[in-house]
Amino acid sequence: MAEAVQNARAVRGWSRSSPRPFGALLWALPPIAALALFFLYPLALVVQQSFQPDTGGTSFQPYADVFASEAFRHALWTTVWLALASTAGCLVLGFLLALVIAFVPFPGAKAVARFIDVYLSFPSFLITLALLFIYGTTGIIGSFQFLTTPWGVLLAEVTYFTPFVMRPLLAAFSQLDTAQLEAASSLGARAPRIIRQVILPEALPALAAGGSLVLVLCLNEFGIVLFTGAKGVTTLPMLVYSKAILESDYPGACVVAVVNVLISVGLYGLYRVVSRRAGA
Amino acid sequence: MLVHNRKAKWAVWAVFLLLFLPLFALPLLVVLGASFATHWSGVLPSGLTTANYRAATRGEALQALTTSLVTAVTASLFALAVGTWAALAAAALKKRHRRILDALFVLPVAVPSVVVGLSVLVAFSQPPILLNGTRWIVILAHTVLVTAFAYQSVSAALVRLDPAYEQAAASLGAPPAYVLWRVRLPLLLPSLTAAAGLCFALSMGELSATMMLYPPDWTPLPVLIYAATDRGALFIGSAVAVVLMAATLIALFAVSRVRTKASYR
Repeated sequence: MAEAVQNARAVRGWSRSSPRPFGALLWALPPIAALALFFLYPLALVVQQSFQPDTGGTSFQPYADVFASEAFRHALWTTVWLALASTAGCLVLGFLLALVIAFVPFPGAKAVARFIDVYLSFPSFLITLALLFIYGTTGIIGSFQFLTTPWGVLLAEVTYFTPFVMRPLLAAFSQLDTAQLEAASSLGARAPRIIRQVILPEALPALAAGGSLVLVLCLNEFGIVLFTGAKGVTTLPMLVYSKAILESDYPGACVVAVVNVLISVGLYGLYRVVSRRAGA
Repeated sequence: MLVHNRKAKWAVWAVFLLLFLPLFALPLLVVLGASFATHWSGVLPSGLTTANYRAATRGEALQALTTSLVTAVTASLFALAVGTWAALAAAALKKRHRRILDALFVLPVAVPSVVVGLSVLVAFSQPPILLNGTRWIVILAHTVLVTAFAYQSVSAALVRLDPAYEQAAASLGAPPAYVLWRVRLPLLLPSLTAAAGLCFALSMGELSATMMLYPPDWTPLPVLIYAATDRGALFIGSAVAVVLMAATLIALFAVSRVRTKASYR
């Protein structure tokens, strides 16, 4: 019998434990070709166009123009500080809320966890749409121009992205052995100390992974900013849109796009390294 | 577990509700409430009506709903095909090659979607492939954006798959194609449908790339909502947003039904 199996394997070829490296590479080619044609080649064209000013030729002129403009430097600064502040807010809020759901469970805590999953499938601009009713010109709280300031965008981003931190945290908390908490508490540790010395070290990988993902998503966020309709708040993705679609300045838009891609991809690479180290 | 004192427990829950309700439940309730109103200047909306929904389910809005559904279904199917193929191919590769493929296929998550929109616009407005002004440019951009998520969830499921089944099938003489079709894909079905649901939801709500390249005769729902709020028709915009949310939820629910059926096999 064993011999027959051996023979069958020899005749039928390979299984996953002994892949034919060449054949496997061949099978990977079609999806890579599709990705190259529809994603990598367009990106390469954007980089190429960022070196081609409207006057013709190839030069660094678009970069010099964009870097010299006040609007770009302002947008870069706004994007970075908004993303950092939103990430910090999401981490603090997400940690607190996940802590309550996991360790001070109440009836309906499961439903709340499921609500968060559903929440993640809604588009981000819905939050801004709701805030328009609450803080807008004829809103519930009154007509002060809160939404057209960066603080309105910050509030919307914290609201929308906090669940992205809570989900990995809840997954990590569900694997934490509650006997550790009981032991710490029976030895006389109070809640703040248990959080600091038992829960926080366990949650760090999930916090790092969720936080860096949210940082990248905030750097790339467009819908929230677009819906506030604020002229005062311009981020890099917003600048790409307004340069390309409203001003038809394609070389300029491509320069801003290249800068934005470099920042986001760099941070996302860092996120992948961190989350792989953390095993998340 | 963490808090044993009864009073302290209630205090913690009160703080939780005070943070959770205004931040997460209120926005959705506000949009829902506004979709039934004509004015909102006090605490509660006033001038209750269903006229917003009548406007949101006919003419331009109905067309946008079909546009969004067609775009999301087509983009999800393409993304699922490419993402599954790539994940299956990656699983057969050596570790070094697999990591390259992983990095390539998650790259669209890191690149801002506005930039994906810009790059697709730049690339397909010039020969050899001219797609600008057609519906295919929107579908293409959505496919690029959601393929990364399909790839990630299918390859995560492949890691968890027990290799004993396919090894048993192969040792009994099943050729690789048969093993794939009759053993691996059925075992992967729950994660495939979950990935399809995720892709569909993301594509339904996609705004950034779409704003860069939609042609006038192919306007998905998010663009219509933006257009409505931009000209000040907030209440009709909310009704359209509720239609968008409902369509997404119904699709997610249908997909989760498929999943439970499959797991009883």
